[in-house]
Amino acid sequence: MMLHTICPVTSVEHVGPNIIVIGFRSPEIAASANAGQFLNIKVNETFQPLFRRPFSVYHVEEETVKIIFQVFGLGTQSLVAKQLGESVDVLGPLGHGFRVDDNFETALLVGGGLGVAPLPLLTRQLSGKKNIATFLGARTKEQIVPSFLENIQTATDDASLGFKGTVVSLLDNYLKVHQVRKPKIFACGPNVMLNALGELAQRRNIPCEVSLETTMACGIGICQGCPVERVQQEKKYSLCCKEGPVFDVQTIIFPNAQH
Amino acid sequence: MPNTEVTIGSLKLKNPVLTASGTFGYGDEVKELVDGSKLGGIITKSLSLKPRDGNAPNRIVETSGGMLNSIGLANIGVRAFIEQKLPYLRELDTVIIANIAASTLDEYCEVLSLLEHENGIDGYEINVSCPNVKEGGLNFGTNCDMIAEITRRLRPLTTKPLIIKLTPNVTHIADFARSAELAGADAISCVNTFVGMAIDIRTKKPKLSTVTGGLSGPAIKPLALAKVYEASQAVNIPVIGIGGIMTWEDAIEFLLAGATAIQVGTANFIDPTAGVKIADGIKSYCEKSNIASVTELIGALDAKRDNSILSSWL
Repeated sequence: MMLHTICPVTSVEHVGPNIIVIGFRSPEIAASANAGQFLNIKVNETFQPLFRRPFSVYHVEEETVKIIFQVFGLGTQSLVAKQLGESVDVLGPLGHGFRVDDNFETALLVGGGLGVAPLPLLTRQLSGKKNIATFLGARTKEQIVPSFLENIQTATDDASLGFKGTVVSLLDNYLKVHQVRKPKIFACGPNVMLNALGELAQRRNIPCEVSLETTMACGIGICQGCPVERVQQEKKYSLCCKEGPVFDVQTIIFPNAQH
Repeated sequence: MPNTEVTIGSLKLKNPVLTASGTFGYGDEVKELVDGSKLGGIITKSLSLKPRDGNAPNRIVETSGGMLNSIGLANIGVRAFIEQKLPYLRELDTVIIANIAASTLDEYCEVLSLLEHENGIDGYEINVSCPNVKEGGLNFGTNCDMIAEITRRLRPLTTKPLIIKLTPNVTHIADFARSAELAGADAISCVNTFVGMAIDIRTKKPKLSTVTGGLSGPAIKPLALAKVYEASQAVNIPVIGIGGIMTWEDAIEFLLAGATAIQVGTANFIDPTAGVKIADGIKSYCEKSNIASVTELIGALDAKRDNSILSSWL
């Protein structure tokens, strides 16, 4: 059930360099959001910026929903300027989240940069029910946000924290030395990372779901602006907002990548 | 209580607010968020004979106050529309207008004929002006003779209102409006998107996969308003105003410029209830201004036509 609701801002936390976590009070969204779903947020009351901005649901605490983002452009600048008690206009929860079922025993959570966003809520949904190992990658240690996660290993490009290299290599190495019972990979991050992860998953025959980030306008399937190319499906494209943002990695074609 | 009803050919709209094609899906996508029965009407996404995948990503770009799109008429095809989408639209207490897109004259006729056999369609809007497809689209819309020919071919196929959706990407839109009127159109929609472009200066590549696309949103409102004014001065059939209408105030401007009804497009992507809010706003404006009927606003612009430079080619 998607809602269109006005939500007061309950918290603004700086958790890294230009990395912000904002909380909104919305009992309805907090009660219904699944990991991997997103909110499409109108950041101010003007038409500049014009579009809403999509954010993964980062975490849920009682009646509060949290998102995480890096201050980058006009939309995120408007959001970070919000004072406690000010409100934002939210559509959500939107899209299909990660599929949690009985077909796996160990969840391998992989986040690249702020692709960590959907993982805390997923951890909460899985905790106590599945084995969890979490792999976080970023350029530097400052960009690693380890909150609300379990059993974390890290990779950084500059070796400032953990493994030196990519998070996909980190996971590959882990799988070489650990016996993992019935694994499934859940991931979010840059397309180049997800594409490499898909190849790893295919090579090791591990199911893998990825949450994609695309440019979106409406977030609800009416503008048709967020096509994701599919592999041998009935139709050439699916809409990221409505049929995703979570897809089985083996069913999609990343831009400039061929299966 | 003001009368908000307006008439387009034989169609009576409970208020002058329609949703623009391609901006409200097939209606059912937004049923959890908005009561479509509160709108004057819903114009469907463009329907083609066969399903269309649409263009490759990237399909949309946000520009200053605007949206640049290159969707490419992605749709499920007219037969799937009839089977899967029309039953829901029939339940709504509002006017349903099918927007038709095609690559050939025969295709326009075939799609309209298929819809004509179904209950629940109250009128047709003919898309001769999509800037994002190679066949049909702008090739048709920028040729007065072609607009006349399409209208003449479709006219005998239906007694329901036939609306021709014009492109603004011409020098004198008045000529195209006249062509549609003379060939038997009941109304014209004015305007489709403006051809636009955005470039990534880092990669030196266009931001859209099709290089150029259609610009909509607040950025085009003054441009669209002038086209509506020009077209409405040229014809006696109703003009349906479109272009960057985000608020009820914008809608009133279009009515004053000569539009009988208006379409809300890009605003639906930001707020799916925008159309209903605009309809409510128009009603409140009439109440507060002691306007008995919204029709009093149509073309009520207080301006001397001869003062406009447009008058030289009208």
